Amino acid sequence: MTTFPRHLSRLAALAALSLMCVAGAAVLPDDRADVFYSSYRGGGMDITGESVLVRKKFSEQFAVQANYFIDKVSGASVDVLSNASVIKDERKQKSLSVDYIHDKTQYNLSYTNSTERDYVSNTTHFSLSQDMFGDLTTVTLGFTDSRDKIGENNGKSYAPIIAWLGHAQSRSYEAGLSQVVTKNLIAGATLEVITDQGLLSNPYRSIRFLDAVPLGYSLGTQVYPNTHTSTAVEARAKYYLPYRAAASVSYRYFSDTWGIRANTIELGYTQPVSNKFIFEGRVRHYSQNHATFYSDLFPFANSQNFEARDQNLAASTNNTIDAKMTWAFAPEGFLIFKRATTTFDVSRIQFKYSDFRNIKAYSIANGFAAGTEPLYSFNAMVYQVYVSLFF
Amino acid sequence: MTMRTSSKLAVAGIIGLILGGCSIQPWVKPYERDRLADPIMSWDRDAISGAYVDHIYESREGSRGATGTAGGGCGCN
Repeated sequence: MTTFPRHLSRLAALAALSLMCVAGAAVLPDDRADVFYSSYRGGGMDITGESVLVRKKFSEQFAVQANYFIDKVSGASVDVLSNASVIKDERKQKSLSVDYIHDKTQYNLSYTNSTERDYVSNTTHFSLSQDMFGDLTTVTLGFTDSRDKIGENNGKSYAPIIAWLGHAQSRSYEAGLSQVVTKNLIAGATLEVITDQGLLSNPYRSIRFLDAVPLGYSLGTQVYPNTHTSTAVEARAKYYLPYRAAASVSYRYFSDTWGIRANTIELGYTQPVSNKFIFEGRVRHYSQNHATFYSDLFPFANSQNFEARDQNLAASTNNTIDAKMTWAFAPEGFLIFKRATTTFDVSRIQFKYSDFRNIKAYSIANGFAAGTEPLYSFNAMVYQVYVSLFF
Repeated sequence: MTMRTSSKLAVAGIIGLILGGCSIQPWVKPYERDRLADPIMSWDRDAISGAYVDHIYESREGSRGATGTAGGGCGCN
C-alpha cells in the first residue's frame, strides 16, 4: 500500500481545511465510573473478565479516561493441538485516553498496553473529529500503531517456559462520517485499512497433512506470509421511533490480501420503560470464506509456500442473539452521583465451520479417517454485568 | 484534459464544496434535535462493553476493523 500515505495526507489536508469553517463548540460526555464483570464459555474455553473504567473532565475542553481490564483464561480452543498449549493464562490490559476539544474539533490520544505471559502488545491511537455543516456532520480521522511481541509457552501453565519468537507491527488508518439525516434518523460510515507485518501466525496452532502413520495424518508448523493488509467498510443507521424507542441496522464488508471476504449484518432495537429501564435486543449474522493458504488437511508436508489451519482463517458463519437490560437504580442520583445504573447483558453465539473438522473429538480410533471427521461447530454464552456511576 | 488537470479540478471542486458547506443552513434545527440527543440514540453508550464484544469477535473471526475500537492482545489460546 505504497500510495496510501499520500491519500491520507490529502484527507488530512482536507480535514485541516474544513477547520476553517467552524463556529460554536463540541461537548465532552459526562464523567462516569464503571465496574464491569464478564464471562465467556464456549469452544472449550472459559474466560472471565473484570474491568474498571473512570472518565473525568478537568474542564469543558479536557478529559481523561483510564481503564484496567483483566481476562482470566482457562482451557484452549479446538485447534490448539500442541501438548505445550497454555491451559491457564491472564491478560492484563491498561489504557489511558485523553480528549481535548477546541471549538468544534475533538482530539483523542490513547495508549494501551496488553500483557500476557507469552504476548505483549502496545497500541497508540490518535484521532480527530470535526463537527461541520451546522453540526449535522461529524468527520473523524484516526491512526493506530500497534507493536506486538509474540512468544510461546513451552512449559506448563503453573511453570511457564517462554520462548520469544518474534515481533509484529500493525498500522491502521480510519476515516469515519456521522450524519444527521432527519430529526429522527442518524447515519454513519467508517472505512478502516490495516496493514501488518512480522510474525503473524499463532504459534499454538498447527497444520495437518496426510501421512502414512496410524492416525492418518501428522502435524506441522504453520507458515504465514509476513505481510497482511485488510480493508473494512461499515455503514450504519439508527432511527428514533414515534413512541420513544430506537431501531438500528449496520452492515460491514471486509476483504484482505489473504483472500478472506466477510460480511456482517446487525440489527438492534432499544426500548426504554419509564426513566428506570432500558431493554435492548440485538441480532448479528457473520460469514466469511477461507484464506487462500488455509486447508483443513494438506495432501503432504510442505505442499505450499504458505500453510495455515487456524480456525479463524476457515470458512465459517456465526450468529449472535443478545438481550440487555439497563436498570437505573438511582435515576435521580445519590450523594455526589447524578445517576447510577446497572446493566445485565446475555448473548448466545453459534459458530459453524464449513471446512474445519473436529479432530480433537473424532479420529480413526472412533471410525473417522483423516478428512472425514465431522465439521466443527460450537455455541458460546457471554454474560456481562456492570455498574455505571455518572457524576 | 490531462490526468493532472482533472485531479486539480477535482481537488478544487472538493475545496469548493467544503467552503460552500460553511454557508449550508442546517435542515435539522438545534431545537429539533432532542430525539437525537436521547441516550437511546447513542451508537455505543458503554465503552467497556463495546470494546469487550468487539474483542470477542476479532479473536474468533478472520475480519477486523471499522468498529471504532483500538486494543491489543492475541486471544490465541
